[in-house]
Amino acid sequence: MNPIYVSRRRTDAIIRLLCLAAAGIGLLWLALILFSLLWNGLGGLNLAVFTEMTPPPGSTTGGLANAIAGSLILTTIGVAIGAPLGLLAGTWLAEYGRHDRLATVIRFINDILLSAPSIIIGLFIYGLIVVPMGGFSGLAGALALAVIVIPVVVRTTENMLTLVPNTLREASSALGMPRSLVIRRIAYRAARAGIITGVLLATARVAGETAPLLFTALSNQFWSLDITTTMANLPVTINNFVQSPYAYWKQLAWAGALIITFAVLALNIAARVIGGERTTR
Amino acid sequence: MNMEMQTAAAPGAPNTAIQGRAKVVVRKLDFFYGESKALKNINIDLAERSVTAFIGPSGCGKSTLLRVLNRMYDLYPGQRAVGEVLLDGENILSPKVDVNLLRARVGMVFQKPTPFPMSIYDNIAFGIRLYENLPKSEMDGRVETALKGAALWGEVKDKLDASGLSLSGGQQQRLCIARSVAIKPEVILFDEPCSALDPISTAKIEELIDELKEKYTIAIVTHNMQQAGRVSDYTAFMYLGELIEFGETTRMFTSPVEQRTQDYITGRFG
Repeated sequence: MNPIYVSRRRTDAIIRLLCLAAAGIGLLWLALILFSLLWNGLGGLNLAVFTEMTPPPGSTTGGLANAIAGSLILTTIGVAIGAPLGLLAGTWLAEYGRHDRLATVIRFINDILLSAPSIIIGLFIYGLIVVPMGGFSGLAGALALAVIVIPVVVRTTENMLTLVPNTLREASSALGMPRSLVIRRIAYRAARAGIITGVLLATARVAGETAPLLFTALSNQFWSLDITTTMANLPVTINNFVQSPYAYWKQLAWAGALIITFAVLALNIAARVIGGERTTR
Repeated sequence: MNMEMQTAAAPGAPNTAIQGRAKVVVRKLDFFYGESKALKNINIDLAERSVTAFIGPSGCGKSTLLRVLNRMYDLYPGQRAVGEVLLDGENILSPKVDVNLLRARVGMVFQKPTPFPMSIYDNIAFGIRLYENLPKSEMDGRVETALKGAALWGEVKDKLDASGLSLSGGQQQRLCIARSVAIKPEVILFDEPCSALDPISTAKIEELIDELKEKYTIAIVTHNMQQAGRVSDYTAFMYLGELIEFGETTRMFTSPVEQRTQDYITGRFG
């Protein structure tokens, strides 16, 4: 055989092996994490986790009901504030600001925000909301989450709208459709799956955030739906319980971690399913 | 090749090579992509209810000229047209003209089929709803008429709820023609409408264009000389942003005045 071809085949085999090994190592850790979560968390998972409040120190009964409810509320408000803002900003970047210098600046800042450590965002909201309002609150926590949601949604919205072929915009305009309608009725529709995926992924991202809630929503041992005061939530509760000396608290922390992980997994799968619709249709 | 060769019409002089009424009159039209000049002093009349074909090598400006006629270039900053384009006597390049209303009168069909991501029915109804409020029964009638007009009704009448994207390329293109026709334009611009289609679909579109010219004024850009010969009443040959020669298609293809026209038509360059 041709010696050049032989050496090329050998290189190919080596590289392929390395890629496979890298993928295997990555998957291994993921599998280990999931396994240890299931191993430690499943035992603590029962009805009481969903119905009872977080227990006081030393207690051997109680659940995570208030933390689960709090997490749902914080995430919902955070996404409800962040997603529309991100959607509008992303739309401007893709549809109106494409040739604008301001867009380049905004895109750059958005990228920085995208990779900003979430604890910084927590501190920012602490200074902006918690200190002036004189106390921790669920509202502050939700706002911190919203700040994390915004850049993710801006980015995905812009990317998805940029993928919509210009010919579709021209064809819509050629019917005498005003720009705003072209965006709302044609571009959004063509990019819908991708935009929804982006929002779901942003939701999954903030559902597990701990750092931005530490200085904002803090935590609450009791059932409370009042967003003007401290609010229980899963990540901070896990953070507190896992560091405690109490066995039952640790067990609850594992159960909570399991719940968050599967909620995030469900959101990711939903995002995959919705995102996949476009390619199969 | 001699670039100084004179154009068929003297610069700025009206081009009166057509019979009947001129629906669109282009005078002293220059077009710029930023700094670069893509159209140079174009003067041409499009005869009402007839087909005018634009031929010429790639980059000669024929698509650019078409995109001036419905101000499609307006979507992009840095593109501008100077001169006059009169539609029924009104200068459509005037900033006072509402481009959306203009585009409702001057429809366009593109090179690649561009069905909207919605049902076949809605692809047609969408454009109609932009300017008319019709009851359901009347809308059904309009959709049917439009699809029949584009010779597509028989193929899709049982699946009007199916996505427009599920159709074949040729069907999608006819859907786009139906969509343009549905809003009752006066002029229809075809920008290489068959270049992505197979010969059978192409034949259908050409037949369609032949029928459409009874009601509409049609301009078509094509790379296919035979197509220009088959579908058009008038042919304009463009080269490097200039209109080299314009006249009745039969004469253009049998006895062109300009050497460059003859060279292009006989395939010696382009």
